[in-house]
Amino acid sequence: MNIAWYLVVSAFVFCIGAAGVLTRRNPIVILLCLELMLNAANLALIAFSRMWGNAQGQIFALIVIVVAACEVAVGLGIIVAIYRRRLPIDVDELRELQG
Amino acid sequence: MAAVLFFIAGIGVIAGAIAVVVLRNPFYSVLGLVAHLLSLAALFLLLRAEFVAAAQVIVYAGAVMVLYVFVVSYVGLQEEPWQGTRVSRGGATLKVGATLFCGALLVELCIALLGSGLRAIDSRGAGYVSGFGSPAQIGDLLLTKFLFVFEVASFLLLIAAVGAVVLARRRGGLHEERETVTVAGLLGAASLGSMAEAVGTAAATPSRGAPGREPEPETGHRRGEPFPWTHRGGAGDSGRHPGAREGGDRREEGGW
Repeated sequence: MNIAWYLVVSAFVFCIGAAGVLTRRNPIVILLCLELMLNAANLALIAFSRMWGNAQGQIFALIVIVVAACEVAVGLGIIVAIYRRRLPIDVDELRELQG
Repeated sequence: MAAVLFFIAGIGVIAGAIAVVVLRNPFYSVLGLVAHLLSLAALFLLLRAEFVAAAQVIVYAGAVMVLYVFVVSYVGLQEEPWQGTRVSRGGATLKVGATLFCGALLVELCIALLGSGLRAIDSRGAGYVSGFGSPAQIGDLLLTKFLFVFEVASFLLLIAAVGAVVLARRRGGLHEERETVTVAGLLGAASLGSMAEAVGTAAATPSRGAPGREPEPETGHRRGEPFPWTHRGGAGDSGRHPGAREGGDRREEGGW
């Protein structure tokens, strides 16, 4: 398969993830959609790595996986803290910083 | 053969992504993401990235998804209603607008990718050399050329672990929400001839199991009678000293 088709799949996944971040209100689902966008970037990086025959793009993808794992840990910690304070788990209701 | 595998894995990737966004139940969204990640690992294998595919399956589909499942089952499965809440009542037009925006973004990306005429994108990639994407090559790169990045990533993981523990710990010490069972509470729970029953106020007390219910102020509580509203949150002290702590369940509000 040509590299372009992998990039098309990556674009699909990125747009689906962006739509999820913009439309869903549950913060857990928003984190999942962020994962989708990061995975789309991973797929594009590995496709480019295959295109040039250079393994440095795979290092990029591994670092993106590490950053995504950190983001998941901190985000889920925030969600658990929200739940402990009996606040609604809804990003539209949590707007104390909105002014 | 590679084309068939690509289409199967690609359809799995896109279907998993759509399932994450569309399904209302967060637990099913997590399962959709697991399917998405497994299909994506197949695409990585087609691109000769064996080590990244293995790391994807083990770290992502294994560990991170288990963390998601635990948090979803801890927070509780709450179905997201289609209609907005009182805050986001006018969010329907915004949702349609966001979806249209993402569709336009997709069209633009596809035009940019397929219509650009770049020669390198339209090729099948560089020739495959033996050992490309193997753990030996990845480890060699990580420990020589990208050593600083490797160390920074390890520090980032450490900071994230400490931050997650600090964020998710209980506020104000460990003794706050502990439930203790006292002898007086156990004896008072059943009708064993306590003083409250003798006076006759035991029948007038509200139901024992009602959580968070404020009793009437004239209800006389005798020693050994458990408060009906303190079965969680500060129940440790009020079992031994009834009446000494009014409204024990308010202590949960002090946070941060």
